[in-house]
Amino acid sequence: MHPARAWRGRSQRYRLEGELCEGCGARLFPPRDICPECQRPARTPYPLSGRGEVYSYTVVYEPPAGYEEQAPYIVALIKLEEGPLISAMLTDVGPEEVYIGMPVEMVTRVLHRQGEHGVIAYGYKFRPVLRRAVTIPSQPASVTA
Amino acid sequence: MREVAIIGVGQTPVGEHWEKGLRELALEALEAALRDAGVERLDALYVGNMLSGQVEAQEHLGALVADFAGMHGVEAVKVEAACASGAAALRIGYAMVAGGLADFVAVVGVEKMTDASGEAITAALATAADAEYEAAHGMTFTALNALLMRRYMHEYGYRREDFAPFSINAHRNAVHNPYAMLRFPITEEAFASARMIADPITLLDASPVCDGAAAVILCPADQARVFQERPVRIRASAVATDTVALHDRRDPLWLEAVALSAYRAFQQAGVRPEDIDFFELHDAFTITAALSLEASGFAPRGRGVVMALEGAIFRDGRLPIATMGGLKARGHPVGATGIYQVVEAVLQLRGQAGPNQIPHARLGMTQSIGGTGATVITHILEALD
Repeated sequence: MHPARAWRGRSQRYRLEGELCEGCGARLFPPRDICPECQRPARTPYPLSGRGEVYSYTVVYEPPAGYEEQAPYIVALIKLEEGPLISAMLTDVGPEEVYIGMPVEMVTRVLHRQGEHGVIAYGYKFRPVLRRAVTIPSQPASVTA
Repeated sequence: MREVAIIGVGQTPVGEHWEKGLRELALEALEAALRDAGVERLDALYVGNMLSGQVEAQEHLGALVADFAGMHGVEAVKVEAACASGAAALRIGYAMVAGGLADFVAVVGVEKMTDASGEAITAALATAADAEYEAAHGMTFTALNALLMRRYMHEYGYRREDFAPFSINAHRNAVHNPYAMLRFPITEEAFASARMIADPITLLDASPVCDGAAAVILCPADQARVFQERPVRIRASAVATDTVALHDRRDPLWLEAVALSAYRAFQQAGVRPEDIDFFELHDAFTITAALSLEASGFAPRGRGVVMALEGAIFRDGRLPIATMGGLKARGHPVGATGIYQVVEAVLQLRGQAGPNQIPHARLGMTQSIGGTGATVITHILEALD
């Protein structure tokens, strides 16, 4: 991938920046400039939360060129909180653990590498929502949120 | 508008043609179609192809095929619409004859896939999807269809084995098609234990990578009898589009462009789904066949698989599909497939389908699906008395 092309998509791949339709309030990802709901311009940047759930998933055993070292890997359609579906790899999870409806969240990872001297493309993948250990000051015990 | 007829058909066997390149395959099919029609002069040539630029580093196929066929000066261009490229080229050829811009038109679908490695072909096919938001995330074509199949099974409660009749039917029909690639029957046991490509899609849900070319010759229907005893009329030709990315669909399990394209075709022809005698559909994967049957109006939503389980899709069923092997077993040389479907439909309508003949077939439908349903092209063909 040409560096300019990788750079051009940075807001989407690093920050999940979509668009807000001022006309009908729809939140769009990927950006598409014209709202598919009401056909009016939708060009207000709108970062999505990165939280959603698995709509469907599969395990890729026969990868395309450039993805051989990651195979087998899981790709999924994820239903984001704000409404859109997004295509992405799942990470930090095995195929036997994934299920339709599983809550997931966005993380930033290496998407693919192009040889020793090529661009290393970073971008979003999704992982199961972590159960966080939160330490609350003045209380000795930790609670799980 | 003028009525348009198909007066000649030709095809190469589908397979791994190590000894032939794009131009040789295209010429072989074109010559066979010209012989069949008894036509020597052409006004225009349209070439359907998807992958030549990526696999062979060769574009400009209109001029290339015309040049190689010795048709210097003829109007010729390539038409591309992913896996629907062949059908898209036919649509253009049809429009030229119907609109009176040309009288004798050849449409050739050609694809050469076996000169590339498996990884390269997988990447090349993924260009039919959204490069930035699907392919860049490791999506393959099989993976996108696997996402549909898993969701379909989840919503309607089917098991993987329930899809077996689609592949069993296709393989059974390919046995008697001398041009088919996989001319052997398969069993339910083989289907159940086939190698996984993208869970839940296995090798026996998916159409094979292969080479091939097919061609048809068109002319105004009122001149057709001069050239062909049994001409076939194009009753409908309809294209519809949908979002390129699967994730941009409001309802991924409903192929909107299939519904639109089929509806427009039925309207043009003035017929209903129950009038269709057989359907050459786009069974690139078993799930694609199910979704096509549903959105085309042959089965209620979620019941495409039931049609297969009940045997309605078999040669003696209510709506035979993949009558010469379909994409699954005849093979799916992607940009040529749309023309193979039409060639096979013409053979059925002429009564030349051999042991696979559908008795009294009068009205046949063909449908090509580009991408995961972004371009859908439906044709309805009728035997002319």
